[in-house]
Amino acid sequence: MGIRIIKAGMMTTVQDLGRTGYQSQGFPVAGVMDVRSFQIANLLLDNPENEAVLEFSLIGPTLEFTAGTLIAITGGDFQPTINGEPAPMYTAIDIHKGDVLKFGSARTGSRGYIAFSSYLKIPVVMGSRCTNMKSSIGGFKGRKLQDGDYIGFRIKRRYLPFFLSRTLDIDEFNQEDTVLRVIMGPQDDLFGKQGIDIFLNSEYTVTSDFDRMGCRLEGPYIPRKDTADMISDGIAFGSIQVPAHGKPIILLADRQTTGGYPKIATVASVDIPWLVQRKPDHKIRFKAISVQEAQRLYLEELEELNRMRKRIHQPCREVLECRQVSRRIRRLFP
Amino acid sequence: MNFQTRLRQQKRRDLQRCDQKADYAFLAINILPWTWWQEKGDRPENLMQNNIRILTAGDSSLLIEFGKEISPEINRKIAATVQLMKEQHIEGVVDMIPAFCSLLINYDPRVVRYDKMKKRLESLVRMDIKVGAEKRRIFEIPVVYGGEYGPDLAAIAQHAGLSEAEVINIHSSQDYLIYMLGFLPGFCYLGGLDERIHTPRLANPRLKIRAGSVGIGGSQTGIYPLDSPGGWQLMGMTPVKTYDPDREVPILVEAGNYIRFVPVDEAEYHRIQELVDSGDYQCVIHEEV
Repeated sequence: MGIRIIKAGMMTTVQDLGRTGYQSQGFPVAGVMDVRSFQIANLLLDNPENEAVLEFSLIGPTLEFTAGTLIAITGGDFQPTINGEPAPMYTAIDIHKGDVLKFGSARTGSRGYIAFSSYLKIPVVMGSRCTNMKSSIGGFKGRKLQDGDYIGFRIKRRYLPFFLSRTLDIDEFNQEDTVLRVIMGPQDDLFGKQGIDIFLNSEYTVTSDFDRMGCRLEGPYIPRKDTADMISDGIAFGSIQVPAHGKPIILLADRQTTGGYPKIATVASVDIPWLVQRKPDHKIRFKAISVQEAQRLYLEELEELNRMRKRIHQPCREVLECRQVSRRIRRLFP
Repeated sequence: MNFQTRLRQQKRRDLQRCDQKADYAFLAINILPWTWWQEKGDRPENLMQNNIRILTAGDSSLLIEFGKEISPEINRKIAATVQLMKEQHIEGVVDMIPAFCSLLINYDPRVVRYDKMKKRLESLVRMDIKVGAEKRRIFEIPVVYGGEYGPDLAAIAQHAGLSEAEVINIHSSQDYLIYMLGFLPGFCYLGGLDERIHTPRLANPRLKIRAGSVGIGGSQTGIYPLDSPGGWQLMGMTPVKTYDPDREVPILVEAGNYIRFVPVDEAEYHRIQELVDSGDYQCVIHEEV
């Protein structure tokens, strides 16, 4: 009862919201890159908020189910098929025993997620099921999945009410939208006005050095007032550090806990999902916003997720129409 | 004209009057309360005189900067603040990353917003924090310096204007305080590196550094616990594993301990490595007051 990995794809890992509380000993948080797609996937199946999912990048995996269950696929468009038939995304899908779910390469976006209503059987290590590949802990044996791996399910298939309503709008990850909102600081004062102007008014390109740890950007050199090394300090998700070569690096899920390069700004939480779905050669522009504004946007997004949760718990239009029709028919034959 | 502007004008007028007449009674009644009131109003800045700043690090983190130098006093103060925060159970705090002279606090914006969190931390930082002295625990770390083990030793010596042997001597003749663990599981940030061998980080970080490498980055020295990318200048290699997930205690040392580097030759390195691989190696630990 579980899933067998026929082809592992490029980088398929078990992830959840991350291993917090151990950063003071140097353990990275890890966890999912695109928190929004992750939350939508779990939401579609009424899973707990922090339930483990499979995350894959650029080239998706091929899975065989050895038991029936319900799944939801979110994130970038990896052209999923079930037994050769195209499968819907952002929708709860009924899976039977023996079904083969196959992903291609990413058409739009670069990271995809599969949530399972039967929950993946992965041990909890230090409060989380996420894979931390660098320290080889958590997830499936502390590594990315390989061909032939088998992951069991924790419970049997569950009943989900309003099954037909469980479909949501698909997030489009188009590359025309280049603006990334950032909050300046903590070390923006080291760059002076000139450096900040260049940072905020130039276009940067995502390079191929883009993995779960960080995203290196190419573009105009950002000068610093004082070139002395600074003293290492803690790093937040989405910190933009500028080493001596003057090109920004955005630190992501598998970031180290501390680092010694000055951080000019931090990406707003709501924009990180759109950043991690970009591919090499996409363009990025930075726009500064206040912390209060960023927090307001974050809470608005949570509201949006709540609205989605409400929506999938109502009968869908088709069902309502059927009810109406049946009522009319009943009236015709009293 | 609002109230604040009117008060300011009134104050300026009062001051002018006071200049002309040197009326001390007038000064005592009208000006001194003003200055006192102003001082009281500026209290957060005034009491932050010991260079403590609270900086913004995104929409779910704040960075408390305790100073801009590496000193055992600041470090002990940070440890005490972490302890205090744990005792106070501040609502919304998710994680803390103490560093040399700063403390990063991750919080949940759903539970507590930026302005409230910042005020909370300001009042916390203002509290007097007691700091005590303890016994020193020193771990001996054997290191092979130079050659293929430390490709940047020559660059470090050249930057310092010393011979390689002198650099090794300086580096190994001192005990280093472990200020913090971070960057990688079990990576120790050590303080007290001799100023003569400070060397800037590489402008372009290396993509892979072998576990056990000993290096210098700016005014810091340390050991890489895992294979990883990094920007430090490498000067040697130790066979001892500071982090081993299969060991009963995965992380060998903790913040507040000391490390002493002991130069060894290649033969000794291989002998210790065999012991480490078979799990029989015991790190030499000294206890000093």
